Amino acid sequence: MERSFLLASTICFFIGFAYTMYALRSRLLRPSRWTFVIMAAGFALQTAFLHSRGQAAGRCPLTNLFEVLTFLCWSLVLLYFAVGGTYRLSLLGTFTAPLVFLLQTLAQFLPSASAPVVFRKSAGVWPELHAALSLMAYGAFALACVAGVMYLVQERLLKLHRLNSFFHSLPPIATLSVALQRVMLTGFVMLSVGLIAGLLAGSPVFYKATMIVSGFVWAPYGVLLLLRWKRPFSPRRFAWWAVGAFALALATLGALNFLHISK
Amino acid sequence: MEIVCLGLSHKTAPIDVREKFAIGDTHLGEVSAALSKQEGLREAVVVSTCNRVEYYIAAEDSSRALELVEEFAASRAQQATGGSFFRLSGMEGIRHLFRVASGLDSMVLGETEILGQVKKAYAAAQDGGATSRCLNKMFQRAFNVAKEVRTQTGITRGAVSVGSVAVELAEKIFGKLEHCNVMILGAGETAEMTAKSLQSRGAKAIFVSNRTYERAATLAETLGGKAIHFDEWDAEFSNIDILIGSTGAPHAVVPKSKLAPLMERRADRPLFCIDLAVPRDFEPMVNDLDGVYLYDIDSLQSIADDGLRVRQSELVRCEQMIERHVTEFATWLATPVPREWKNSSGE
Repeated sequence: MERSFLLASTICFFIGFAYTMYALRSRLLRPSRWTFVIMAAGFALQTAFLHSRGQAAGRCPLTNLFEVLTFLCWSLVLLYFAVGGTYRLSLLGTFTAPLVFLLQTLAQFLPSASAPVVFRKSAGVWPELHAALSLMAYGAFALACVAGVMYLVQERLLKLHRLNSFFHSLPPIATLSVALQRVMLTGFVMLSVGLIAGLLAGSPVFYKATMIVSGFVWAPYGVLLLLRWKRPFSPRRFAWWAVGAFALALATLGALNFLHISK
Repeated sequence: MEIVCLGLSHKTAPIDVREKFAIGDTHLGEVSAALSKQEGLREAVVVSTCNRVEYYIAAEDSSRALELVEEFAASRAQQATGGSFFRLSGMEGIRHLFRVASGLDSMVLGETEILGQVKKAYAAAQDGGATSRCLNKMFQRAFNVAKEVRTQTGITRGAVSVGSVAVELAEKIFGKLEHCNVMILGAGETAEMTAKSLQSRGAKAIFVSNRTYERAATLAETLGGKAIHFDEWDAEFSNIDILIGSTGAPHAVVPKSKLAPLMERRADRPLFCIDLAVPRDFEPMVNDLDGVYLYDIDSLQSIADDGLRVRQSELVRCEQMIERHVTEFATWLATPVPREWKNSSGE
């Protein structure tokens, strides 16, 4: 039953993905209320899947890469709703559906997707909060990376005087710059709270290791936001750094998965 | 019931003819009402803009209706209608209204102002009691067609004049222009038009700097801005988001070497440079600076031409949409009117 929730939500995001592709092809890409409805339906189904999975496993469903990716997708959609109207109305929201569809489809083809759910006693509130918030922060950083790529594309088109359909479809660079900072800051706050939750979780070796890995992500984002706040460098460079920082975050996600397996 | 349309537009008559037949906004309702009361005519809507004067009529006999409207227009303007007027009936008249409302018959292809003007003309005629079943349905359908054409095709996409290209680019850089300050170097006419276009979209303050201070002051007064001595323009630079060059200088007045240190002081704030001068006011290498977006008159004109080409490429799709609605409306018009409706509407 729980897998059918996930399948149905993937279909919702596929519809969002198909709409984005159609709108791009027909040069009519603009925010649509139908995208919002489809995203809401997909989110509800994702939530139902994660809830029933959590019930079956007896803890937050973050025990393998399949669950981690699904949770990451759920975080991305949650951010789509949480960050606000400007974000949603901009095409960042529209690009969330394809990203979530691709990640969620990939997750379902992983070997761990067919692994049986084993009931195990929860490690406690703090470790679970640490894991959940950290992953949600990764979702925010993924969106910051998307915003950064969109900024760089639009900025390049402006420099080269290429006013093609992408140019017309993408939001203004000022809007993208604001959205990028906002999403990155949201991710940074989540990761900070996640790290505090990790500290409160006590000091088993596993949590210490994940804390160090998370710290490798937290520090660059912190420095980046601080520098942006002090304004010594341009929005274009900030966008490049947002993309680079997410590449680092992805690498640490691999390290975290390794730690889970070795645990 | 048949539909006829008699009128003249920028395509059929020069401005000195159009202005003789033009009808002021405040008189549209009464003229429509007067026409609809003529023997042989049932309903009337008169559309009058700077580019067109058109009479839309519902009548039993289309040939007679065209004659009557022509006589009416000639006597009102005290001028023979002559060859400047076009005469359309049946599906041609319906199609014409749908094309006009969608901006396909406009001087600037795909412009949207015309829809508001047609809506106003229809509302005036409705208030004057000049419309009923046929024209109500036809104009409502025209508004729906215009909306469909606008949202489902790219007919309104892209700017088609230098001023509108500048506005579009500014909006793609800054988003809303309400917090943008504009500075004009020089006092050229195109710069003034461009500044006005930016102002119409909310640009906040306009600074004008010219070698002849008096000319700067005159232009600043016209635009409601502030004049600055030419030697002091860079002192205001930190407040500027859009810099328009239109001086008659024989060399670049904004070289890269001058702009680079100024930009360093505002690393996070982009600068949109619009070079309307020939010879150019900005050194082309200025575009290499981080956060600077330079467009000269040729690039702006080329973008405007591209915009027009994009709109023209959408024409076939628009015409197909319109044709579907014309056929549907003509079918509805040919359907016999129920007796109850005839009784209630007095037909």
